[in-house]
Amino acid sequence: MVKLNELGLSAARDALRKGETTSKDLTEACLSAIEGAGALNAFVHHTPELALARAEAADARLAAGDAPAMCGLPIGIKDLFCTKGVPSQAGSRILEGFLPEYESTISQNLADAGAVMLGKLNMDEFAMGSSNETSAYGNAVNPWRRGNDDAALTPGGSSGGSASAVAADLCLAATGTDTGGSIRQPAAFTGTVGIKPTYGRCSRWGIVAFASSLDQAGPMTKSVRDAAIMLEAMCGHDPKDSTSADLPVPDFEAALTGDIRGKTIGIPREYRMDGMPDEIETLWQDGIAMMKDAGAIITDISLPHTKYALPAYYVIAPAEASSNLARYDGVRYGHRAKLAQGDGITEMYEKTRAEGFGPEVKRRVMIGTYVLSAGFYDAYYNRARRVRALIKRDFEQVFAAGVDAILTPATPSAAFGLGEMTDADPVAMYLNDIFTVTVNLAGLPGIAVPAGLDKQGLPLGLQLIGQPWAEADLLNSAQVLEEAAGFVAKPGKWW
Amino acid sequence: MSIDETTAARVAKLSRIEVAPEALPALAEDFNRILGFIEQLGEVDIEGVEPMTSVTPQVLKRRADAVTDGDQQGKVLANAPDAREGFFAVPKVVE
Repeated sequence: MVKLNELGLSAARDALRKGETTSKDLTEACLSAIEGAGALNAFVHHTPELALARAEAADARLAAGDAPAMCGLPIGIKDLFCTKGVPSQAGSRILEGFLPEYESTISQNLADAGAVMLGKLNMDEFAMGSSNETSAYGNAVNPWRRGNDDAALTPGGSSGGSASAVAADLCLAATGTDTGGSIRQPAAFTGTVGIKPTYGRCSRWGIVAFASSLDQAGPMTKSVRDAAIMLEAMCGHDPKDSTSADLPVPDFEAALTGDIRGKTIGIPREYRMDGMPDEIETLWQDGIAMMKDAGAIITDISLPHTKYALPAYYVIAPAEASSNLARYDGVRYGHRAKLAQGDGITEMYEKTRAEGFGPEVKRRVMIGTYVLSAGFYDAYYNRARRVRALIKRDFEQVFAAGVDAILTPATPSAAFGLGEMTDADPVAMYLNDIFTVTVNLAGLPGIAVPAGLDKQGLPLGLQLIGQPWAEADLLNSAQVLEEAAGFVAKPGKWW
Repeated sequence: MSIDETTAARVAKLSRIEVAPEALPALAEDFNRILGFIEQLGEVDIEGVEPMTSVTPQVLKRRADAVTDGDQQGKVLANAPDAREGFFAVPKVVE
């Protein structure tokens, strides 16, 4: 007997509509799963009363036959989304005590679609990190373990709390955000599905900004169908975000036909990295064979500037972050340092930011400040933006040549141990995003789909990259891959 | 291009982040590692390529030049660490 919190969005939706369960029961099942999962540290702010009130309202709507797409479905919201009257700290000390007076467009869209928010999910501070270890709340933990080894593994980052919560069935689905891979890498590390849509598909309004030209929100779910349902509820034009696209939102779920015959799938040779584990290579080859069996045309492609994506990202993202994070000054919200006698406003800024930001955030703000400073702006920032244009052009050229989607590994490894990278060079951690970051730089949609287990029993994911605004097509290809891979493994419950 | 402690201190100052003098050598080392990684961008031929300004081709929307928001002083100040008499309060700025 499947427990209610173990359901995905589509199964729960269907059960609700047939009257087989209620939103209240689903919500209570999730709340009790959350209560028993303190060891995962996935939920960092709990809103059970709000959740039960929303569940009750959803049940009334269901009874009245007026149920929107996600009516009554309990989900988690990443701490990066501002939620009215509910702590929204972006995983940072500097936003301690901040209670937004407004609701982010995405969380509002989800609420309007009837979704029930269970609470806020752990994340790397300001979404800067790939292991959840930069969080002010302490890291979230991956429900997956290596065989019988009880070493704690990272759920990935930055949306690590979201990934951990979905994989451990604490909620039916969760929101994530992705600036360089922060939805897709944690999804791959936890055997869940995560899609970053085309830049502009989801409104950024009310999401704490990291790197505005790269940030996009997306769903993290238990299946591709669930991702289609939730993405549709999230996206749409928002006049409050000037980069939000004024395009109609397709019916993503209806696009899941299972037919990809005649579609061209590109395999980029530059994604074959030196030192990549054999298991990742094998997984990739298996994925290629699955797409081919489903009737797709497989073609080798070249994206020659791939190698320069991470260095370009580590100029552009910190530059934008240094500008976006200038607002945390101890004046308008969040933490302000205690001042000594005679301290002026500069000391207030400097002490507040020194106390409020963690080491990785400080490092990136300072790198960003440096690459934007007089004398270096052209050499670093403008050069990186020109390389970014070339990375985007690489993709445009393969799409123009008839490629519909691109298949790559999602990550260069399976989930690693918490603490394993502590003494590593910061650049070693950045390499986690090597397969995902190109997609943000080019503004494209990308989805991670669980495709297999490694020798130690940890999930591995594949990534499909689509043409701009072609999420419907991308989700359809992803579902074909999902079904062929037949990934059904779940982590054994130890928490 | 190597970052020394003086440069690291200057960048910290520009960023308005207090860094203790004893933390500067490690910070400079981190900068050098990251900038060393970024240096690869120098290999790319960018002749004739314009810096990207927008990842999706778009024309920004215009709206009527009218007041559409405001009158929310209470909400604006609600999260301030120190708000007094309808203002944000900060240490003395002008002597």
